[in-house]
Amino acid sequence: MNGPIVRLYMLIVLLFGALVFATSWWSVFTAKNLRENVANRRPLLAEERIKRGAIRAADGKVLARSAKIDAERYARRYPTGELFAHVIGYSFTSIGRSGLEQFRNDPLTGRRTELIGAVDSLLGERGVGDSIRTTLNSEAQQAAVDALKGRKGAVVALDPSNGAVLAMVSNPSYDPNGLDDGDKFKALATDEANSPIVNRATQSGYPPGSTMKAVTAAAALDSGKYKPDSTVNGANGKKVSGVPLNNFGGEDFGDITLTEALTKSVNTVWAEVGEELGKQTMGEYMTKFGFYKQPPIDLPSGQLLASGERENGRLLSPNSSKIDVGRMAIGQDKLLVTPLQMATVAATIANGGVRMEPHITQKIVDPDGRTQDEIEGERAERVISEDTARDLTAMMKKVVEEGTGTAAALEGVDLAGKTGTAEIDVERDINDAWFIGFTDEFAVAVVLERIQGTGGVDAAPVAKAVLEALGE
Amino acid sequence: MSARNRELFALVPASLLVAAGFAAIFIQQSQQLSDVSLTYGAVFLGVCVAAHVVVRIRLPYADPYLLPLVAVLACFGLVVIYRLDEEKALRQAGWFGFGLLLFTLTIVFLTDFRVLERYRYTIAAAGLALLLLPRVPGIGQQVNGAYLGVGVGAFQFQPAEFGKLAIVVFLAAYLRDTRQLLVQGARRVLGVTLPPLKHFGPLLVVWGLAMLLLFVIRDIGSSVMYFGGFLALLYVATNRLSFVTIGMALFAVGAYVMFQITSHIQDRVAIWQDPFRPSLVEKEGYQIAQSLFAQADGGLFGTGFGQALLSVGGTPLLPAADTDLIYSVIVNELGLAGACGLLLVYLLFCERGMKVAMLSTDSFSKLLAAGLTAVFALQVFVIVGGVTKVIPLTGVTLPFVSYGGSSIVANFVLLALLLLISDRARRPAHLR
Repeated sequence: MNGPIVRLYMLIVLLFGALVFATSWWSVFTAKNLRENVANRRPLLAEERIKRGAIRAADGKVLARSAKIDAERYARRYPTGELFAHVIGYSFTSIGRSGLEQFRNDPLTGRRTELIGAVDSLLGERGVGDSIRTTLNSEAQQAAVDALKGRKGAVVALDPSNGAVLAMVSNPSYDPNGLDDGDKFKALATDEANSPIVNRATQSGYPPGSTMKAVTAAAALDSGKYKPDSTVNGANGKKVSGVPLNNFGGEDFGDITLTEALTKSVNTVWAEVGEELGKQTMGEYMTKFGFYKQPPIDLPSGQLLASGERENGRLLSPNSSKIDVGRMAIGQDKLLVTPLQMATVAATIANGGVRMEPHITQKIVDPDGRTQDEIEGERAERVISEDTARDLTAMMKKVVEEGTGTAAALEGVDLAGKTGTAEIDVERDINDAWFIGFTDEFAVAVVLERIQGTGGVDAAPVAKAVLEALGE
Repeated sequence: MSARNRELFALVPASLLVAAGFAAIFIQQSQQLSDVSLTYGAVFLGVCVAAHVVVRIRLPYADPYLLPLVAVLACFGLVVIYRLDEEKALRQAGWFGFGLLLFTLTIVFLTDFRVLERYRYTIAAAGLALLLLPRVPGIGQQVNGAYLGVGVGAFQFQPAEFGKLAIVVFLAAYLRDTRQLLVQGARRVLGVTLPPLKHFGPLLVVWGLAMLLLFVIRDIGSSVMYFGGFLALLYVATNRLSFVTIGMALFAVGAYVMFQITSHIQDRVAIWQDPFRPSLVEKEGYQIAQSLFAQADGGLFGTGFGQALLSVGGTPLLPAADTDLIYSVIVNELGLAGACGLLLVYLLFCERGMKVAMLSTDSFSKLLAAGLTAVFALQVFVIVGGVTKVIPLTGVTLPFVSYGGSSIVANFVLLALLLLISDRARRPAHLR
């Protein structure tokens, strides 16, 4: 009977082989699918047990932290409430994440790819994430919110030398605390009139109006075709792409210098300059300034908008035949830009023509206090020559000293800037009001959405308040 | 080294494993190592040594590896159960004690296990009665649509665990007598070798009764186990694959009929086919779906002892984690590597069991050892296959690992029987 016994044992070995195969199938080969299965609450539950790292402002002020809600679970608290809502974002098991919370989820939950992660997990040292020190200046942030006085809009302040984001405000805001309670999130997300969830600083495209002339001027000077004292004609009603274009208030300027044309924001001059430079050159400089691409910032790509000419919500090619280059050069046409993009333009000029990648994270620190990663500032590319940057800065200082941007002028500070007033509804006199400006140390962009006012009168003082808070 | 000394030394690693396992859990729970883990290891070693002494005195020639392998399994179970529920681990340890008592009694009073042959019909009747017990009003208990448990006051037990022993003993005894007749009287009909009806009849009756009872207690798992054991024994006894084929065909017919008439079994199969279907995943499919999710978290090396996520704010995420789904917990915490280790221990146990059967000189011993081992292996297959979705999930225990007194006690008796057969088989001829 030993023959059948041996064969019976072989059968048992085969059956056990099937068990080993099935176990590997679920635990290794298809594990990823199972973890992503909608009915699988394990990943979310495991996440709730992790004490996410804190997020702090540059001065150490806590912007987000995890608090124990019962014996084993944690929930997110945002001590500064509405103030940093958009840039920091939120993180909740039931509704997901946004902002820096989403972009830096891995370090915040203690997930690391290096070997050190494996060693830590063997030691059972898990469940606490790394904390993040941001570049955000809480005083500047508060000053921006105060200066907006409840008006819709956005403010972005950058450090031109390294791209550090010093302030990023979007109004109206929301309180991320308890966002996962009942229908609170749904109500905010479906409030189309105010869109409080949207980060206007990075997600909303506004017509840039005359602030775009800074880009056009940069291209004009850097291409060598114009000098700050080149004579240009500012007659009203010049034909641009076959349609007459008017200056602000229909004013007629005769022969003036390029510098004067910027100081007084003469539309017809800059449209002509744009046409003279052509789509190719304009597109080239815009691309170098960061247009036509999502900004290389540490925020989730779903919350970023690439600036540029758009049609039906889609980005056009810089050389598209649908572009009216003259009107684009003065910030009209189909051009839509984000406040972050315009702040980057200002910062690039301030930085001698070199564009730096904007970043919010300063450093990532593990629970033992060791710095895991430090972001020094990445150079994106040289956009214009140092000479061009110096000339353009001088031109833009005039704007603040004696032109449209005097409301931003600060006692004893060399501020360069450009105003913008994009007409949204001429009948009711509703505009998007802009101001971009910079000193040696700071760059700022302000937009006020759909107000009865202008960039020079309304947006410039906001920039002034932010710069003051930053220490100018 | 003598067989008994090998056995004694082989018990040491098992005890170390217990100590290490408890140490890991203590580190997890309190971030510090206490000497309690060593105490657990020492106590476990003490219990094992006690069992070893019994074997040393009564069965000096028995296989030296079976007991240490069981000790490893028991330690696996004890550590995991301790990690799930400290109180249950204590009770489980109590059951181990009781199991060892029955183990000792079996070895002492059943020195000549061949007396079992004489009582085959009594044992068969007792086995069937045991299977029927859960349906007796007042004491029977229904779990998940199947009648598996019997409860009298606080005392509960699962008669199917003991029923399997009775059925194997009966089949071994019966087949020893009739195997020659079954083979010699076989006739070829239409190219198929059929056993003589006269001798096959009683077997069919037993099978039919078992099927009927299983239909009555609605338990697919035990049904597969019993019938698989029956076919295995039939094959070993006759060496005729055709008999097994006929048996399988019979079972297929029986299973099909049962499938058609019992909604419970239809449900089980539907759940098995797609537990993630939205209409099932939070209800009937919850158990198997959660079992697979838990295993997916384990990966290659597991999340570590004490790391598995088992409950959410007091409500269990993994149902029956200490019984049916204990294998999922093991995969979660020890990963594929740990699970393969566990399966390897079972496979080694089966190898030793089959070895006992091969070394035995008489047919009854051979059949009994092979049958007990086959049923043991099938039980592992049914539950592990169930939680890994190889077959529909039904509630049987993972021998020596799952929490549950009946299972442990019955399997200790199974171990005692194997050791008895082994001792007799390996004993020098003049001492038999």
